[in-house]
Amino acid sequence: MLIELAAEEPMSPVLPVVPEIVIGLICFGVVYFVFHKKLLPAINKALDERREAIEGGMEKAEAAQAEARQTLESYKEQLAEARHEAARMRQEAQEQGASLIAEMREEGQRQREELIAAGHAQIAADRKQAAELLRQDVGKLAIELAGRLVGESLEDHARQSRTIDRFLDDLEEQAGRSVPSESSEAGR
Amino acid sequence: MPREFTVSNDQVLAFETDCHLFDGCGFPAPSEWSFIFDPLFTIGSFEVDKPMALVVLSTAIICTFFWVAFSRAKVVPGKVQLVAEVLYDFVRRGIARETIGKKAEPYVPLLMSLFFFVWIMNIWAIIPFAQFPATSIIAYPAALALIVWATYMTLTFKTNGFVGGMRNLCVPSGLPKGIYVILTPIEFLSNVIVRPLTLTVRLFANMFAGHLLLLVFIIGTWYTLGSVVGTFYAATSMVMTVALTFFELFIQALQAYVFTALTATYISQALEEAH
Repeated sequence: MLIELAAEEPMSPVLPVVPEIVIGLICFGVVYFVFHKKLLPAINKALDERREAIEGGMEKAEAAQAEARQTLESYKEQLAEARHEAARMRQEAQEQGASLIAEMREEGQRQREELIAAGHAQIAADRKQAAELLRQDVGKLAIELAGRLVGESLEDHARQSRTIDRFLDDLEEQAGRSVPSESSEAGR
Repeated sequence: MPREFTVSNDQVLAFETDCHLFDGCGFPAPSEWSFIFDPLFTIGSFEVDKPMALVVLSTAIICTFFWVAFSRAKVVPGKVQLVAEVLYDFVRRGIARETIGKKAEPYVPLLMSLFFFVWIMNIWAIIPFAQFPATSIIAYPAALALIVWATYMTLTFKTNGFVGGMRNLCVPSGLPKGIYVILTPIEFLSNVIVRPLTLTVRLFANMFAGHLLLLVFIIGTWYTLGSVVGTFYAATSMVMTVALTFFELFIQALQAYVFTALTATYISQALEEAH
């Protein structure tokens, strides 16, 4: 195949010609238009979606983690509360027990004192009664003894009684020196 | 078949002659005629030649590939989308964000288009039957450089206003006052006039030279065939052709990267506030 050109000298290769520039511009324009309007927005959208999907997964994991942490914290809190409660109840029970013991001790003491007091009163009453009886018996015996010794019945009761009383007072006076020490001992 | 006299020796390739070493005819070296093609067909009065067809085909290939990959982009990508995403990520992150920074996003479509347009046009150099880099026709790099230049100028003046834009273009900051007398015209020349020219010529010349190199060794292989000694020469030349083909593959991608990265640099400078 032979090249048939009228011109002997070819166009210089460093001089651009207008029709080729125009074709270059048009073709480049087409590529640019397709990229700019259609393809790059499409791929950017897909890339964004992918990133969102990845980030969404990560967010989900983070949320689950946060929830787990929260649950754990609430459990811990509940546990601490329960422990606190138990300690409080133990303390309360201890206090209650102590106060109960103290109360019962007090009650016992009181009852004991009451018993002691009642005993003392009983003893005092018995003693008084015994003393009364004793006085009468002693008087009767003494009169009988005196009547036998003297051989005469003492008619005047008042006189008789006065005599007995004087006699007994004398006796008591004599006994009084030793009795108080005994009675104080019994009071204890 | 008798030779036509209108066609000089320069206008034929070795394959079109039976010219071999020791035949007494000279080496039919590739010339500027290697870059001029008969029209393939005509639309009306408009003649479509091979480089034009390759440019249109590049457009179709880029659009089709990325259409298949991205038009119904899925969150979980298929194979084609995955490959396209890697390429997209290379331009978006490796070039645009690396150079321009946070404001890069509006310029990603431009940089994407530039990178793939240049790359695919370059690649034709080693595709069987095409075997011609469309970018070695200077009009195509020039068209792209024109777009880059227009973007650069528009952005400079839009960001900084007219005075600030001129300052951005011509007055580098932080120098002694006297220097500006010399430096301002140089900067203006460098930024406004030389930059688009170098952008054009760098790409054009690389691909032009690459194509010439491949032609030299391919023609050499053919030319040195025909004798025992010549066969050894031809084998050597063939090995060189294969090696250079791989080298060209590298250069094609590199030039596309350089073109795009420089564009990103210009955009980045245009977006800088005047000092």
